[in-house]
Amino acid sequence: MSNGATTHPLLRVRDVSVHHGQLLAVNSVSFDLNRGEVLAVIGANGAGKSTLLRTIAGLHHATSGEITYEGTSILSLPAHRRVTSGISLVPEGRRLFQSMTLEENLLVGAHKAAPGSFDVAAIYDLFPWMRDRRKSKVKQFSGGEQQAVAIGRALVANPKVLMLDEVSLGLAPIVIERIYEIIPQIVSSGIGVLLVEQDVSQGLRVATRALCLLEGRTTLEGTPDQLTPESIEIAYFGSHLVSDATKEPS
Amino acid sequence: MTWFNILIEGILVGGFYALFACGLSLMFGVMKVINLAHGDMAVVAAYVAVFLAPKWHVPEVWSFLIVVPLFGLLGYVVQRTLLQKSIDRDPFTTLLVTFGLSVVIENLLLAIYSANGQSVNIGSLVSKSFQLSSSTYVSYVALTVLGAAVLVLGALQLFLSRTNTGRVIRAVSDDREAAQLCGANYKHLFGIAAAISFATVALAGISYGVMTQFAPSSGGANLLFAFEAVVIGGIGSLWGTLVGGIALGIAQQYGAHVNPAYQILFGNLLFLLVLAVRPQGLFGRKEAMA
Amino acid sequence: MSEILSVKPTALRVERSTFSPLFTLGGVIAVAAFFTLAPWILAASWVSILSNFFILVIMATMWNLLAGYAGMVSIGQQGFVGLGAYATLYLALKGMNPFVAIPFAALICGVIAIPITFLLLRLRGGYFSVATWVVADSAMLLILSVAYLGGGTGKYMPGLLSLSPTTLNHDVYLATWFGALVVLVGTYLLLRSRVGLLLSSMRDNEIAARSAGAKVTTTRRMIYVVAAIGCGVAGAVLAVSQPFVQPGNEFQLQFAAEMLFTSMIGGLGTIEGPILGSIIFFTLQQSLQNWGAWYLIIFGSLAVVVAIWQPRGLWGAIRDRFHVELLPVGYRVKEPRA
Repeated sequence: MSNGATTHPLLRVRDVSVHHGQLLAVNSVSFDLNRGEVLAVIGANGAGKSTLLRTIAGLHHATSGEITYEGTSILSLPAHRRVTSGISLVPEGRRLFQSMTLEENLLVGAHKAAPGSFDVAAIYDLFPWMRDRRKSKVKQFSGGEQQAVAIGRALVANPKVLMLDEVSLGLAPIVIERIYEIIPQIVSSGIGVLLVEQDVSQGLRVATRALCLLEGRTTLEGTPDQLTPESIEIAYFGSHLVSDATKEPS
Repeated sequence: MTWFNILIEGILVGGFYALFACGLSLMFGVMKVINLAHGDMAVVAAYVAVFLAPKWHVPEVWSFLIVVPLFGLLGYVVQRTLLQKSIDRDPFTTLLVTFGLSVVIENLLLAIYSANGQSVNIGSLVSKSFQLSSSTYVSYVALTVLGAAVLVLGALQLFLSRTNTGRVIRAVSDDREAAQLCGANYKHLFGIAAAISFATVALAGISYGVMTQFAPSSGGANLLFAFEAVVIGGIGSLWGTLVGGIALGIAQQYGAHVNPAYQILFGNLLFLLVLAVRPQGLFGRKEAMA
Repeated sequence: MSEILSVKPTALRVERSTFSPLFTLGGVIAVAAFFTLAPWILAASWVSILSNFFILVIMATMWNLLAGYAGMVSIGQQGFVGLGAYATLYLALKGMNPFVAIPFAALICGVIAIPITFLLLRLRGGYFSVATWVVADSAMLLILSVAYLGGGTGKYMPGLLSLSPTTLNHDVYLATWFGALVVLVGTYLLLRSRVGLLLSSMRDNEIAARSAGAKVTTTRRMIYVVAAIGCGVAGAVLAVSQPFVQPGNEFQLQFAAEMLFTSMIGGLGTIEGPILGSIIFFTLQQSLQNWGAWYLIIFGSLAVVVAIWQPRGLWGAIRDRFHVELLPVGYRVKEPRA
């Protein structure tokens, strides 16, 4: 990591706020994501995690704030241009193209790919079971298989920032484990991973750093070993629900 | 022998309906938009072939060579401007806007070219036919149109399944947002779908002008037939549209056989029957219904 | 909600109107009196223009009820206009006075509409629209094949020959005016009733309305039948005003275009919109009457522009800017001035 680009973090989010109509969904959130890092965004349902990821992907407009990627602002880029410049989102609920085969899903993912190490064959190496079933329609697949295809579809675009939204939702623990197994491999190639999890322990197990959102605001940030269960509890539910935390300014 | 007649006539006219309908079906599948001006675009194409193409020194027989690409371009432009604007609002607006366009186009044609019937003149070729059985004659023009329909549907099928752009268009139709997350510029792809739609309907319009007389008001009836063919066959299935067109053609020919006044009515009744009994159509997927 | 209100119980008032009800009522009575006496006040040419104006007001009001309030974009209401005309012709051929036949013809349209709703209301969006068109087309084709009703060539409305042209003109005018009055007052009362509340809850969020127990399909069915009756009134008065009844005239697709453009330009989802739209339509038509189809081209283009850039229409724009409502059907929460 000695090239000039390292002077900028891979992704920098500064004071970003997002509104859903009148509702303030994300309230002045800031963080950096560096190469090879796994940043877990945790928080309760409705804390604004998915909205944050979708805003970075370009599916929502930020009301205010700045998002830069390798030092340049991406706020004016439409969603599809952000993909080609290296930001991929695996959306919540997998969102595969249901009328298509596995391979067609991957080919669509690859159709505007940046140059890089991932292509369809590399995805088959990562998930060997896919090779035999590449001609099958994805709607016949199990939830775990669909999730793997969704990750593969994002990876073939050769992103430098990979965002994963609730990949464990609705999956059996053993399946989740197998999906998270590949994250170290992905990160080792220099990709920064930003993942959203409702399941805190799951998120912290793979993360190098964590960020906790509550009602759209950042309430906690640190590496997993810096974070105590108590501090997470306060950050997750809010101080008013935790009896001994009275110092929280508001 | 009458049944054989009805069948042959139904298949021939059904091919024409499919040619007319495939663009409507494509736009509905991809943009979830029913272009109520679809039939009028065909009529405009026929007028261009009759009145403008000769001015550009293109004989009417070959007019489709320039009118079809011209309409492809027009489709892209109309989609990227007016239609995209209305899609950005809501489906309700799109219906109102395309219906408004339909009425405006029809009355513009009326104001410019009057209500007189016109036809695309291709010389003596139009009346040539061969005998299939003692009472069944098949006109070469109708057969050519059926052939063109099969060719267009086949090419469209290949385009959608084998090419990168075709695949991404299908992806946008499945899930617009997920396709954006794969780098698809959906507005551009909408434009391409509209270009294909306009180009095919231009070909259909010129074919129509060769086979029969047309007037500014021909668009509405043709839109209905195209829509009926799409719904009977099932949204989202190109070959279903061909089968739907043929089923509609046979129903109409049977109606005409019962009573000449019942030709269109029987087609309508088949359409309403399909809507009542199997709203997803013969080959359609249930989830494709809006 | 109750919490918010209990904090400052006197802070907010819920009102219907910006004007006092007496003012609105007085205005309506004055206008009604003027139009009732119009045949004795205005020139004959004006009277027949007003007749056509009221027919358009009826159709546009009904289309607005369907699309603007209940979200059903029909392009087949000309079917009920035609059926209303032909029901009147049928009753007149059976010996009934055509003017007496008008309400019965309208009711016949309502009865015919009921079974049709079971097919159409399963459809959504564009499917619904094109299907209404097919139904209208089929109705015309069926009428075409009935020789008793004149088939494709048409038939004179019987029972009108004994009237002098002036009397006929007056009677036709009064029929269209009373038809419009009944339709407008009926729509107004309907929208002020529980149905109006149901409709606006459906418009805001259909799924929420459904889960809150609103009978969405039943309400839609009722609106569709009411619109069929209203368009039947328009067709019936149209038939007596012509009075030669012919399928090509009564089932015109152009009616669908006129009612749609008129409501959109005037303002969807407002009572006043279709009336305002009709005024614009007739102004345009009268001033461009030597220019063939151009009035429709301009009107249609205007409607497209309005749909994209000013979807609340002219009256919507006026209402947003000046906060006036002549015929209020909704409620508004008003804060007293400090």
